[in-house]
Amino acid sequence: MLHLILFSVFAVIAVAGALNLLVQRHPISSALSLIVVMGSLAVEYLLLGAEFVAAIQVIIYAGAIMVLFVFVIMLLNAGVEERTKGSKVALILGFPAMLVGGLLVAWVLLRAPNVGSVNVGAMYGPPKAIGWLLFHDFLLPFEVTSVLVLIAIMGAVVLASPVRSRFSRPQPEPERQALKAAAGTEPAHEETVTARRSS
Amino acid sequence: MVPLHYYLLLSAILFACGVTGFLIKRNIITIFMSIELMLNAVNLSFVAFAARWHVLSGQVFVFFVMVVAAAETAVGLAIIIAVYRTRETLNVDQVNLLKL
Repeated sequence: MLHLILFSVFAVIAVAGALNLLVQRHPISSALSLIVVMGSLAVEYLLLGAEFVAAIQVIIYAGAIMVLFVFVIMLLNAGVEERTKGSKVALILGFPAMLVGGLLVAWVLLRAPNVGSVNVGAMYGPPKAIGWLLFHDFLLPFEVTSVLVLIAIMGAVVLASPVRSRFSRPQPEPERQALKAAAGTEPAHEETVTARRSS
Repeated sequence: MVPLHYYLLLSAILFACGVTGFLIKRNIITIFMSIELMLNAVNLSFVAFAARWHVLSGQVFVFFVMVVAAAETAVGLAIIIAVYRTRETLNVDQVNLLKL
């Protein structure tokens, strides 16, 4: 009974946070309500007995990913979003479609016979067992994941670096002269690079 | 005892909220957050099924989903910064260079 009450409370909090994400106009408010959703989902994982997943939910999602989001929002100085005609059409069509789809899913799920129920702490999953599974049965996916993360880091650095260092556009001639005059003598390798580019 | 339906229903509701946010939001960062919400909803159903049938692999799948989400977030936010640098806007309606 207590399990059901706790589940309901945190489910309501999660759904309220998700709806608040939709209603809010400012990205920072949406980000904070997404953090609420993630925190209440972590509690749901704890109720299921999945402590490891709850911990990494808080550490990775609510910690790392959302900090990244808030950092980018503040870096780009994102303001209140403006509504356009297309989004109004989506608003009128989208909410009824979501309601109909949700009712359909609820009907199908509640009619499914005898799916069973979950006890509190039903999952016996100490981190030791998960680590064993991760490094024996899922060793290859784990290593592929590390390669994926490495590629993602490099891609993020390349994409977010300034444009000039990526394409190294040749500067216009008067600017070059001014730069040369300011710097005195230009480095030798710069001359060879421009000579090679012009040839 | 909580029926498994309830977990799946909560997961479906959160996923539907994510889809709706993806469709109605015009700010590219908020659209990205809706994608994260959908990933979270799927994670919840993974853990619920894993707890119902006492299979530990479900938690490992959730771990992989989170790693992929983290990588996706890093690359996606870098793309958002690049888009803002070239187009000077975060509104997806104004990022229409590929439109006919």
